[in-house]
Amino acid sequence: MSFLFRLFFHDRTANALVWWLKLPDNARFSSQSSSRMTLATATQPEEARDKAGLSHSGSRRSGPDTAFHLLVAASALLVLVVLGGLVVLMGVGGSQAFRTFGLGFAFHDVWNPVADQYGAWAPLFGTIVSTLIGVAIALPLAFGTAFWLTAMAPPRIAAIVGTAVQLLAAVPSIIFGMWGFFTIVPFMARTVQPFLTHHFRHVPGIRFIIHGAPFGTGLMTAGLVLAVMIAPFMTAVMRDVFAAMPAMLRESAYGLGATRWDVMWKVVVPWSRTGMIGAIVLGMGRALGETMAVTFVIGNVTAVGWSLFAPRSTVASLIALQFPESPAGSLRLSALLALGFILMLLSFASLALARMLRGDTK
Amino acid sequence: MSETVVSTTGWKPNPRAARRRRADHLATAFGMVMAGILVLVLASILWTLLSRGLAGLSAAAIMKPMGPPGSSSGLANAIVGSLIQTFMALLMATPLGLGCGIYLSEYGTETNKFASCVRFVSDVLMSVPSILVGLFVYQVLVAPFGHFSALAGSVALAILAVPIIVRTTEDMLRLVPTSMREAGAALGATRWRVTLSLCLRSAKTGVLTGILLALARVSGETAPLLFTSLGNQNWSFSLNRPMASLPVTIYQYAGASYEDWVQLAWAGALLVTMGVLAINIAVRVSARRG
Repeated sequence: MSFLFRLFFHDRTANALVWWLKLPDNARFSSQSSSRMTLATATQPEEARDKAGLSHSGSRRSGPDTAFHLLVAASALLVLVVLGGLVVLMGVGGSQAFRTFGLGFAFHDVWNPVADQYGAWAPLFGTIVSTLIGVAIALPLAFGTAFWLTAMAPPRIAAIVGTAVQLLAAVPSIIFGMWGFFTIVPFMARTVQPFLTHHFRHVPGIRFIIHGAPFGTGLMTAGLVLAVMIAPFMTAVMRDVFAAMPAMLRESAYGLGATRWDVMWKVVVPWSRTGMIGAIVLGMGRALGETMAVTFVIGNVTAVGWSLFAPRSTVASLIALQFPESPAGSLRLSALLALGFILMLLSFASLALARMLRGDTK
Repeated sequence: MSETVVSTTGWKPNPRAARRRRADHLATAFGMVMAGILVLVLASILWTLLSRGLAGLSAAAIMKPMGPPGSSSGLANAIVGSLIQTFMALLMATPLGLGCGIYLSEYGTETNKFASCVRFVSDVLMSVPSILVGLFVYQVLVAPFGHFSALAGSVALAILAVPIIVRTTEDMLRLVPTSMREAGAALGATRWRVTLSLCLRSAKTGVLTGILLALARVSGETAPLLFTSLGNQNWSFSLNRPMASLPVTIYQYAGASYEDWVQLAWAGALLVTMGVLAINIAVRVSARRG
């Protein structure tokens, strides 16, 4: 490994690399020595051993040690390169679209492959609204269930339900998509939408939200399926966070005469606020980039509108459906990659938000 | 004076306590209803999956390869394709993830900027939408070669598996007490020896758990395979050609309008879910024992 470095870089570059990877000092490269890289340890044994700590019980052993260090550092570097490549390639691939449509690409609401006009607003709107609906439904479900599991349920039942919920958090998303497609979509089309249309058709303020033919697909359906998908995950995290609170705090509050809800709202929630925020944002991140669960139930029409019950599309579903039909080098492909880039930024922002709210900068 | 004492100590209805009790009743009902809804919905999913999946599941569904609708076809090549691709993905992801995890825990001290950078990136990778990984691999391994391949699918799955393995490996290695490392060094072992033969060995169960969890996550992934291994109607064992996989087949068949394809999709969904759940249960049982 080190030999390879020596082949490709000058001494100074190689040394910079060594410094950057935080290799022990004795691994410096030096062209004064013979053509192969030599370790300086032999010439300055005492200081090097002291500096490098455990690893230098003998000068001859540091050869394989350095090789091992370089090996694991290289795999760390590879992980870094993969993500860097992901971001860069998405940006480069989408640059054609960004050049053609400018920054307005993100807010342009026409997606028309026939006229070669592309704007990201329709799928972005779908992604954001369906995610918000999903989180808004999943949050009370998860919070209520975690409350029940940690404060009310008999221990035996809590253990069973808790394990079941944790297991269900691992079910692949395509299963939720199928379930939504065969259960929720017909339910929405036959029961919910006719009911809403019949009763709220003329109510101002609600009318435009429920507008649309009863297809059963749309943002509301997608939000529901997303909620069911992320709720087990959020419940599992919240339950762990609640259970991690020292029992002393809980018992003291009960001892002072607090009711169950008092303990929950005034002791447990403030204590575990950061963990709860983490659970919510992680659930949101999952919903943002979800492809399979959404593609089945969103209807896949690139339109913008306030109706929650009309077919729409999300970034991920649009990519999944249109990418296979887009020829290489076309503007459409570039627009899809640009969409991917924006989705990447969204998911990155949600992770950064979680870290910021949690208050650690590591 | 004595009268006032009597009147204050006597019991009176306390409006604040009553309000608190009412709030408590409401919250209790809320918790129970929410838990009930969640359990019912999840049970409904499992029930749909079991009833429709078992109806479609038969020896033929597992033994026969895919075929045109109405030809009593099965899922055999998709099952084998899934196994091959996930196996290849783990083969690539395990050494890389282990190496990166070892680096982060053994060399990535607090002051090491590079290590904290890698740690952050690995966290980001863990939450990256899986379809974007598919797009990335398409641009790197499919577009330049001009054809879809099982290898590209495996690489996409490997990228999803690596951050999970990195995270668990680092966490588990950090749990190994420093005294163990010092004992190894005192006996004259070099650092790589200490890391591999002492730390990794004592953290074996935890590290294995991480690999299994990555396997469970990866085996149900559909989105990254759509543009990489594409799917294949026929038997194919070549890593250089498109290969069928169970999740992609489910995706293609579930939306079809042929009754027998939909049934096969349910059977496939049942197989995938059972596989993922079995891995998770195995992890749980082994964690309890270890």
